[in-house]
Amino acid sequence: MTVELQVDEGWLTVCELSALIPGRGVAALLPDGSQAAVFVDRAGRPYAIGNRDPFTGAQVLSRGLIGSAAGRLFVASPLLKQRFDLESGHCLDDEEVAVRTYPVRTAATSV
Amino acid sequence: MAAATPTPAQAAAQAAAQPAIVLIGHGMVGQRYLEALAEVGATATHRITVLCEEPRPAYDRVRLTSYFSGSTPEDLSMTPAGFMAEHGISLHLDDPAETIDRDARTVTSRSGQVFPYDVLVLATGSYPFVPPVPGKDAPGCFVYRTIEDLLAIEEYAKTRTTGAVVGGGLLGLEAAGALKGLGLTTRVVEFAPRLMPVQVDEGGGAALLRTIENMGLTVHTGVGTQEVLTGEDGAVSGMKLSDGSTVDTDLVVFSAGVRPRDQLARDSGLTVGERGGIAVDAHCRTSDPHVYAIGECALATDGRVYGLVAPGYEMAETAAADLLGREKEFTGADLSTKLKLLGVDVASFGDAHGATAGSLDVVYSDSRSGVYKKVVVSAEGVLLGGVLVGDADSYGLLRPLTGSVPPVTPEQLVLPAGAGAPVALGPSSLPDSAVICSCHNVTKKTITAHTTVPEVKKCTKAGTGCGSCLKVIGQLMPPAADKGLCDCFAFTRAELYEIVRTLRVTSYERLLDSHGREEARGSEGCEVCKPTVGSIIASLAPTLGASGYVLDGEQAALQDTNDHFLANMQRNGSYSVVPRIPGGEITPDKLIVIGEVARDFGLYTKITGGQRIDLFGAAIDELPRIWARLVDAGFESGHAYGKALRTVKSCVGQTWCRYGVQDSVRMAIDLELRYRGLRAPHKLKSAVSGCARECAEAQSKDFGIIATASGWNLYVGGNGGATPRHADLLAQDLSDAELVRLIDRFLMFYIRTADRLERTSTWLDRLEGGLEHLRDVVVHDSLGLCAELESMMADHVAHYRDEWAETLEDPERLRRFVSFVNAPGAPDPSVQFVPERGQIKPDLTVLTLEPLGGTR
Ligand code: SRM
Ligand SMILES: Cc1cc2nc3c(=O)[nH]c(=O)nc-3n(C[C@H](O)[C@H](O)[C@H](O)COP(=O)(O)OP(=O)(O)OC[C@H]3O[C@@H](n4cnc5c(N)ncnc54)[C@H](O)[C@@H]3O)c2cc1C
Ligand code: SF4
Ligand code: FES
Repeated sequence: MTVELQVDEGWLTVCELSALIPGRGVAALLPDGSQAAVFVDRAGRPYAIGNRDPFTGAQVLSRGLIGSAAGRLFVASPLLKQRFDLESGHCLDDEEVAVRTYPVRTAATSV
Repeated sequence: MAAATPTPAQAAAQAAAQPAIVLIGHGMVGQRYLEALAEVGATATHRITVLCEEPRPAYDRVRLTSYFSGSTPEDLSMTPAGFMAEHGISLHLDDPAETIDRDARTVTSRSGQVFPYDVLVLATGSYPFVPPVPGKDAPGCFVYRTIEDLLAIEEYAKTRTTGAVVGGGLLGLEAAGALKGLGLTTRVVEFAPRLMPVQVDEGGGAALLRTIENMGLTVHTGVGTQEVLTGEDGAVSGMKLSDGSTVDTDLVVFSAGVRPRDQLARDSGLTVGERGGIAVDAHCRTSDPHVYAIGECALATDGRVYGLVAPGYEMAETAAADLLGREKEFTGADLSTKLKLLGVDVASFGDAHGATAGSLDVVYSDSRSGVYKKVVVSAEGVLLGGVLVGDADSYGLLRPLTGSVPPVTPEQLVLPAGAGAPVALGPSSLPDSAVICSCHNVTKKTITAHTTVPEVKKCTKAGTGCGSCLKVIGQLMPPAADKGLCDCFAFTRAELYEIVRTLRVTSYERLLDSHGREEARGSEGCEVCKPTVGSIIASLAPTLGASGYVLDGEQAALQDTNDHFLANMQRNGSYSVVPRIPGGEITPDKLIVIGEVARDFGLYTKITGGQRIDLFGAAIDELPRIWARLVDAGFESGHAYGKALRTVKSCVGQTWCRYGVQDSVRMAIDLELRYRGLRAPHKLKSAVSGCARECAEAQSKDFGIIATASGWNLYVGGNGGATPRHADLLAQDLSDAELVRLIDRFLMFYIRTADRLERTSTWLDRLEGGLEHLRDVVVHDSLGLCAELESMMADHVAHYRDEWAETLEDPERLRRFVSFVNAPGAPDPSVQFVPERGQIKPDLTVLTLEPLGGTR
């Protein structure tokens, strides 16, 4: 299985699903030079949001810890610990801040 | 490697297109305004210029007097290092604004520069009022407002013996305390019939007077200063008072009130109040909509000029919010104050003087102890205000009760605890509408919507101003009915430790699914319990026979990012590298290796406060290559990233030092090597000093050792950091073996019973029975635990392996050290550096090319 991200109408293969540790993220470099943070939960479901921490500008969200609050998955920024909803991109600690999200899917590895 | 950095020309063009804000005055309120702009993201979208009259950036004027008790001007600074650069603000020190041209929208400064503005903000503060008496300008006359004033007073006082303060208000008494502290025989001359006439009533003034006279100050009340007398050299020699008497003095400090600095506004035709102050509306705009005025120079809509910092901060926030069109108003503030003057608690709130028609006083006065308390109530029993001198503990409760009928009689409000009937008055009796935090105007209702003090501070700002409300906020929090670690576990950390130890659960998921709260089972857990459980499993791994390697399998997903990459993340996403240097001892060859590695990888190097060397600015991809070189040269991980043993500092000790009585360096190295890698609820620090001179500062460490003629003294529970605590002496004159055994027990007992992120200092303060209990357990083995604690430490020592050496040996483990999973080897273009003082520092402008605050 591979993890794929939708960018500009097309699907970009990011990595093998096995390269992701549940609960931890990786960063992916996108064709336009921007960065995405890609995660997978215990159930093997993938999530992708922008990698840039909007509070500091650093590209680090992929290196945060994920958790759940009221049934919603979030990642806590490793810098100042603000949490971001993995599905909506909204910051749970400051409602005026959000990061972008990407459609993401797992697909059978193409040979 | 180059990111999409704009060319200088592009950057300049972009900057020129941004609206310009000019701030005049960089005092406390001016700085708060800049911070408020940064918080709302306006610093990224505006060009900001600050004109500062003083030779230094904003500092804490409220704490000015602490300069005389040892604070340096740097300690008082309110401007975080790098703040201006980070937000692209240009600050012009020592260059006051001289004229404003409102038609052209420009400001001209003393140096002749002209600054165009779209928005102008006046935060010029006040100036001390000096009564127009003859001699007021003679050498030896001072005011008390700026650091420069204090430096001048200090210099002048060096060769003098007596001083006088004109004005017995809040600032005057503070200045008098300072003069006394400088060794001058000091007197205070107050025109009103009592001290602090604005804040306290006659009885309160009398209590204050007695206490202050007892301190050796002379106080004249009800007399004015008519003339400052000068000697032959033209300098101050005395004062002539309105009662006809003269007094000798070498130095005079005028503290007769302040006046708003509104001249600049007057000259440019802005509306000012009859008695001064730049008139503003509820959004802090002046009569010219392009110009704001905030802080002590502004005249609020309620007709007042506020001489306190909290209302100024609120104005700063209001003006910043208005810039972005956000709704916020300032229409007035509470003048209640609580202060410690010359060591005496003084508080006044509400209608302290009983000015309301028909009001009644209830007074308690004890001149033996200098306590005076008065509450003012209406005929219907509504609390209107009060004055507290000498004992202001109840201020936090009484102020919020103002405006309501208290649940107990007025007598009970002023009687000291223990006298008369027991007082059934607690914060629970406050009405929901009571304002608990007056600095930030937060009611009981808002506060009780939260369950912890940190949460209250974060969500409501209550408690983050003067702090006088914190005690009451703490009492309002639920008595932690739920001691659970987080929303996932109802157990405390100590309970989870026991569960993991006895049931031998070595998987986080299994623990969550079997022992988590019902609703959390099967979930992802959270960022609180993951590292906590990860640390517990790591601490117990040697004993349970589990893999202790922190990066394996599921453990990898539990650790904070720093553990995950065995390095500390820095503000731009790069990492720092800290090799262990046990005891701070290092050979020249090893020093050279560190130098070479730093040079070859272009890292910033700094000597840390922990007697070792930190290398900053490594990209993720570089970490393995850097560590390969270090491990090769015999270095190992310093665990700067872990909740684990950090350093055991040492002094040079007996080997070289003429005073040393034991070999402190050897002991420090032995201890550091013994406990390296030990995972704990929080970081652990230690130090060993070779004699009681204590050059290694062992008494500020979690466990500190001081050599004695016959062995070692062991101190525990010390802490530097935010809440310093001196360590307590646990045992004396120990042999080497006794010392090590006792530390083994102490550390294992702490790891077993402490809360998450609880240093030994807070743990010891919380431990029931305190130091005595600890001594019973670890010295006298009262719980019969010692053998087990020792054997667990033996397991730790036996199983220790260097995490970095292990990582380098395993290609699987090394795979995570890439910036991009889909482009291994490609560096992260957002990690850039610029030169500074011959080394590098993070290039933060790259990070702010996109505005902070995120996409919406
Ligand atoms: C590098 C260093 C400052 C320096 O340039 O000298 C430093 C740097 C950091 N300190 Fe420190 N502390 C450093 C010595 C200290 C000291 C002095 C000492 O150890 O003798 C103290 C006071 C002593 C104490 O801890 O009791 C100290 C008290 C803190 C605290 C407050 C702890 C407390 O109990 O209040 C924190 C915050 C925390 O741990 O929660 C902290 C946290 C940090 C962190 C980890 C902040 C962070 O999370 O990013 C910094 C990261 C270091 C890095 O990225 O490599 N640092 N820090 C020092 C490293 C020493 C070392 O060799 O390991
Ligand atoms: C000793 C002392 C103790 C105090 N204790 C307390 C206390 O316990 N609690 C409390 O609430 N308040 C206290 N205050 C008052 C508090 O310091 C002020 O309320 C606060 O500093 C006001 O902030 P501000 O920014 O309005 O004015 P300031 O801090 O005075 O800043 C104004 C700045 O503007 C500058 N400036 C003026 N004109 C120009 C110009 N034309 N161009 C450029 N710059 C200019 C000034 O040099 C000054 O640096 C105390 C004050 C003093 C002096
Ligand atoms: S603590 Fe004592 S032995 Fe150690 S360096 Fe200082 S004076 Fe010398
Ligand atoms: S009253 Fe000052 S911080 Fe709350």
